[in-house]
Amino acid sequence: MRHVISLLIENESGALSRVSGLFSARGYNIESLTVAPTEDASLSRMTIVTTGSDDIIEQINKQLNKLVEVVKVVDISESAHIERELLLIKVRATGKDREEMKRMADIFRGRIIDATDTSYVIEMTGNQQKLDSFVAAIDGAAILETARSGVVGVGRGERVLKV
Amino acid sequence: MVLTGAEIVVRCLQEEKVEYVFGYPGGAVLFLYDELFKQDQVRHVLVRHEQAAVHAADGYARCTDKVGVALVTSGPGATNAVTGIATAYCDSIPLVIISGQVPTAAIGQDAFQEVDTVGITRPCVKHNYLVKDVREVASTIRKAFYLAASGRPGPVLVDIPKDVCTQKCEFDYPREITMRSYNPVTKGHLGQIRKALQLLLEAERPMIYSGGGVILSDAAEKLTRLARLLGFPVTSTLMGLGGYPASDGQFLGMLGMHGTYEANMGMHYSDVLLAVGARFDDRVIGDPRHFGQEPRKIIHIDIDPSSISKRVKVDVPIVGNVADVLDEMIRQIESGGARPEQDALDTWWKQIDEWRRRECLKYKNSDEIIKPQYVVEKLWEVTGGDAFVTSDVGQHQMWAAQYYKFEKPRRWLNSGGLGTMGVGLPYAMGAQLAHPGSPVACITGEASIQMCIQELSTCKQFRLPIKIVNLNNRYLGMVRQWQELFHGGRYSESYMDSLPDFAKLAEAYGHIGIRVDTPADVEGALREAFKQKNELVFLDFQVDQTENVYPMVQGGKGLTEMILSAEDL
Ligand SMILES: Cc1ncc(C[n+]2csc(CCOP(=O)(O)OP(=O)(O)O)c2C)c(N)n1
Repeated sequence: MRHVISLLIENESGALSRVSGLFSARGYNIESLTVAPTEDASLSRMTIVTTGSDDIIEQINKQLNKLVEVVKVVDISESAHIERELLLIKVRATGKDREEMKRMADIFRGRIIDATDTSYVIEMTGNQQKLDSFVAAIDGAAILETARSGVVGVGRGERVLKV
Repeated sequence: MVLTGAEIVVRCLQEEKVEYVFGYPGGAVLFLYDELFKQDQVRHVLVRHEQAAVHAADGYARCTDKVGVALVTSGPGATNAVTGIATAYCDSIPLVIISGQVPTAAIGQDAFQEVDTVGITRPCVKHNYLVKDVREVASTIRKAFYLAASGRPGPVLVDIPKDVCTQKCEFDYPREITMRSYNPVTKGHLGQIRKALQLLLEAERPMIYSGGGVILSDAAEKLTRLARLLGFPVTSTLMGLGGYPASDGQFLGMLGMHGTYEANMGMHYSDVLLAVGARFDDRVIGDPRHFGQEPRKIIHIDIDPSSISKRVKVDVPIVGNVADVLDEMIRQIESGGARPEQDALDTWWKQIDEWRRRECLKYKNSDEIIKPQYVVEKLWEVTGGDAFVTSDVGQHQMWAAQYYKFEKPRRWLNSGGLGTMGVGLPYAMGAQLAHPGSPVACITGEASIQMCIQELSTCKQFRLPIKIVNLNNRYLGMVRQWQELFHGGRYSESYMDSLPDFAKLAEAYGHIGIRVDTPADVEGALREAFKQKNELVFLDFQVDQTENVYPMVQGGKGLTEMILSAEDL
């Protein structure tokens, strides 16, 4: 099962390697991992997308909690939540394909944020599936480069992850 | 008061009431050594290899309730220490390791004797720090001691660049430490404890399975009280030995790969299992699927939630300090008045006694050739069962665990989790320094002892009257046993050729060495050795080369699938 785990960790050097080292040492999957400081600069928030059986997810939670610098861990995918990922994609945009590419970007509510005679850079946010669908929907040969941020997420409603 | 970083480090050690620092100097720690030189409160034990510094600090911690301290230089000093650190980590031993580092400006420049110590040790420490600012030295060392000893204990490393040792700042040792990210639980959940007690009181075939957590939380007396209140059988892991008195009728001996028949059968066929500070390790329960075939309810007390339901699903988890939880259980039983159902318990004990009649630890003694088990039995007799006993790793370790009956906690020092050959002698050094007047024996093998043999020199310098009991079978005995049983008797590289004359070797280091060849001389030699109150004596027992450790559960097999003797093969 796919899980989205969010955690707050002391913003110390090496914090990221403690988390990534834990995943590799114990053979847990990481589909994506994002990290950035929060409004409280002493804390970073990490979002990890992982897969595993219930037992493994339980161990991942416990092992993360055991790291001395981890302040809080929640599996936000356990209840209603919102996930977003940012995609920056550079595509070839020439001839009649140029118009088609713009149309596709509009349908998926992407924005063209850079353009040359031959290319566009499209910015798009959404959940993983939406971005996957967009990438699948456009002509693969037209893709010059993609950069994806990895997933971030928050719980819906009153649930907050805070110290 | 304004002090240099190096002065601050030593002041911190003094504030922590550190008796001994085990270490080895080098370029990056010269300023620290200079400060150690200028005082005499913290004593430094100069080992002959950094691995032994960490092992000795670890041994010191195992037989006291203090944090062990080691000090090493950057680069090779730190890498030599890694085996020691990992060994302590696997057995949850509280240590603070201070390592020197190249100056901050040189970090990342591939400087002389630079390694990424924090990176290398990250997977085998509870936590580690690189201190880049002298103003953080005191608080970091304070945190290191706090982290090492609290919660599930473990080694904490503090890496200090050379220039930080010379920078100055105001020294103020923090009394209190609070960390928002680290708040270990101590008291167990009352509701869970009540649930556990209900299960225990209804049990028909109960078993108490006790582990190293009982030793680490100094809960041996409480465990004994609880077990006696309930009248339940008790078994212990290798790490838990001494947590319950071995001579007591309720004790079934060690369980696991080389556990007793009665302990393994009892564990497997129990209907309610109380696991106390133990972690269902593969050397203990064998194949978890086989173990899961018998229906039973499991109660698991552990301070580390990640140890619970890791290998075996648990019905009643109780996260907390073992001593606190046992206390609460005893309190509730004593005030509640309910007692287990006696008839069922009697039937269960009858069954256990039947298993006991197999006398699985019986061995054929001989007049001609020394049996290793016999040496351990005699050691137990000669020391009145009251020595601090360390061991290395191999057959001798298992015989020590099986035949030296530990009555008290913190008397048995060995590497259970990592299984590190070479710990025996340094552990004995730590134990002898911690308990100067007490007998300390190191049960070892001719292969293991050679992994830290250089420490005979340290023992001479610090006058440590350790008794080394070398069960010399001229083989990597445990390897040979597996090759005999599971690899068609092909003894690939397990014969120990070109051995030194250990008695002479000991003499060369300034100690007494005695070689013992016949069973008739075993007891006399041991008595002679322990009479030497001020000398290290190296007893080199020439033992039966072909003896195997039984009972044995083959790796990956179930607990009840034991080989009891060579006849079972
Ligand atoms: C550092 C290290 N290397 C290798 C091993 C694997 N190993 C386990 S037991 C053993 C043989 C030990 O021989 P010895 O010390 O003579 O003890 P014996 O088994 O003969 O009693 C070996 C090589 C180990 N545990 N530790």
